[in-house]
Amino acid sequence: MTRRRFPLYALTRARVLEFIREPEAVFWVFAFPVIMALVLGFAFRDHAPDRIPVGVAGGPGLAPLGGAALQSPALKTSAFGTLEAGLQALRTGKIALLVEARDPLVYHFDPTRPDARLARLEVDDAIQRAAGRKDPVQFREEPMHEKGSRYIDFLLPGILGLNLMGTGIWGIGFGIVNARLKKTLKLMTATPMRKSEYLLAQIFSRFVFLILEIAVILLFGVLAFGVPIRGSLALLLSTALLGSLAFAGLGLLVAARAQTLEAASGLMNFVMVPMWLLSGVFFSAERFPNAAQPLIRALPLTALNDALRAVMLEGRGLAAIAGQLALLVAWGLVTFGIALKIFRWQ
Amino acid sequence: MSATTGAADASRPPAILCRGLAKRYADVRAVDGLDLEVRYGECFGLLGPNGAGKTTTIEILEGLTVPDAGEVRILGRQWGTDERELRARLGISLQETRFSEKLTVYETLDLFRSLYPRGRDPELLLADLALEEKRDARVGKLSGGQRQRLAVACALAGDPEILFLDEPTTGLDPQSRLQLWEKMETFRAAGRTVLLTTHYMDEAERLCDRVAVVDHGKIIAQGAPADLVAELHAPHIVEFASEPALSAEDLKALPGVRDCRRRDDRWFVSVASLVDAVPALLSRLDRGGAKLLSLSTHRATLEDVFISLTGRELRDD
Repeated sequence: MTRRRFPLYALTRARVLEFIREPEAVFWVFAFPVIMALVLGFAFRDHAPDRIPVGVAGGPGLAPLGGAALQSPALKTSAFGTLEAGLQALRTGKIALLVEARDPLVYHFDPTRPDARLARLEVDDAIQRAAGRKDPVQFREEPMHEKGSRYIDFLLPGILGLNLMGTGIWGIGFGIVNARLKKTLKLMTATPMRKSEYLLAQIFSRFVFLILEIAVILLFGVLAFGVPIRGSLALLLSTALLGSLAFAGLGLLVAARAQTLEAASGLMNFVMVPMWLLSGVFFSAERFPNAAQPLIRALPLTALNDALRAVMLEGRGLAAIAGQLALLVAWGLVTFGIALKIFRWQ
Repeated sequence: MSATTGAADASRPPAILCRGLAKRYADVRAVDGLDLEVRYGECFGLLGPNGAGKTTTIEILEGLTVPDAGEVRILGRQWGTDERELRARLGISLQETRFSEKLTVYETLDLFRSLYPRGRDPELLLADLALEEKRDARVGKLSGGQRQRLAVACALAGDPEILFLDEPTTGLDPQSRLQLWEKMETFRAAGRTVLLTTHYMDEAERLCDRVAVVDHGKIIAQGAPADLVAELHAPHIVEFASEPALSAEDLKALPGVRDCRRRDDRWFVSVASLVDAVPALLSRLDRGGAKLLSLSTHRATLEDVFISLTGRELRDD
């Protein structure tokens, strides 16, 4: 008789070893989110607002106002030889507004385009000032560049949530379907192992990586972009843990009956793609219509993203995110329960 | 031959007992009313061609497949009520199990050991199955024979009373087969029970105290290999080729010929006595002016038993 490890520990350990010996899996869990955050972070980094392209055409209309008439930091002005050429540029979207230089001036623009309405204001403002208008009320501009309100600040918790979803569902789903295909699952059921222990080990092995996964993404955000972590780190980790639990349950459910990798892959996309789009990863979920909000709020990724942002960016406490956390726990327990019931071992 | 039945312990209840086992898949009767009794301490073989129902039968006995009908008792227990106790007392090796390729041999064995409440030290099992040199090798790097030995080692991890092996040596090289056979013999010599399926006659004859010949989901013969062969009343096989070839009628007219069959241009003739049949055959060839191209004889085997029972050869390939 020999010493005995606890089966749950041994199963978890085996799964962790399998995972870290799979270089592709390690890439998707650790490198992918960092690359994504880097690319998006640079694409939407802070810089001066784009100048709006506008055009001037026809006659000497602006000459009396002087060459500086349309000199504004907000505008990029080009001159057109004929009115027709200017209108053509307007129709194809090359410019947002065309000033027809006659008396009175004519502003050609499409008022349904937000940049065109903005151009209308900026152009008129520039022309009136050049013509000598004086503002009756004095003011001073104070540009804000506060950390925590930039796009990268919004994005990083979303990417963390997205990654927890991806690794949970993929990592667990593929691992199980693979074991089923190789008949290792069947062989395991021929031992005294408890089936729930096998499924729990899949989830626990995820938790081991969770810590690393979160550390990599957060450290990257803090060091590369100065993303703030205003709330409690412990609460942030707990939130991520519960999110991971919900997705692990979903991963088990997706893999519960799938007989091929293709079938599992299709099911995973079916589960994940809607959340990619709806759950406020890249833009706020509030942009969707009110009628869809209850459904969107019920998705685990929405709950996780909202809770992560509340803790990271707003420094909120447990009470503020208790609802989302409860929702995540419910997702985890219900999916685990169903998966255990319908699981196909052979 | 190790066809001694003395090792079986008749004083204990049967290790494996089943009655009226039946299982259908779609419109195929994989198992069709099968009765079996394996004594405690014996090595029992389910023998038959591919598709005979051996794997379905052994997986029903292992509690992995639920039969449509019939009763199963393992060590006097039932799957429905005593599953956890039984699992701890059985060792199972499935056909074509592929272990995770990323784990090492030791890690795999250690994992299986941890799943049993009691069992054997993985290090000792590695030594037993000649896998010590591969202790830290990834499973993905093992040869077929090494993988199969690992599968048997995992089946032995819980120090089982009954070992179930589904085609343990299929596709292995002779040396690997021999190593596994020795392991099974040691296990049985320690008073444990083995149930194995095979389509290798030599394997069944060497290892099994008793065999059941399975065809189309039924047992068509059962007994000690030597007894089954003796029941043929044709203990010898004469194998020859001639130019021109003789006909079946010619051969059956010869003294002591029980049966004959032809494969390509060679005849296999089952005879009761070589001293009667061979001279008669030679003189028949001589009379017909036929030239003898080859001639050899061997003792009848389980292969010949199977052919005489079914008219088919065991392996279709």
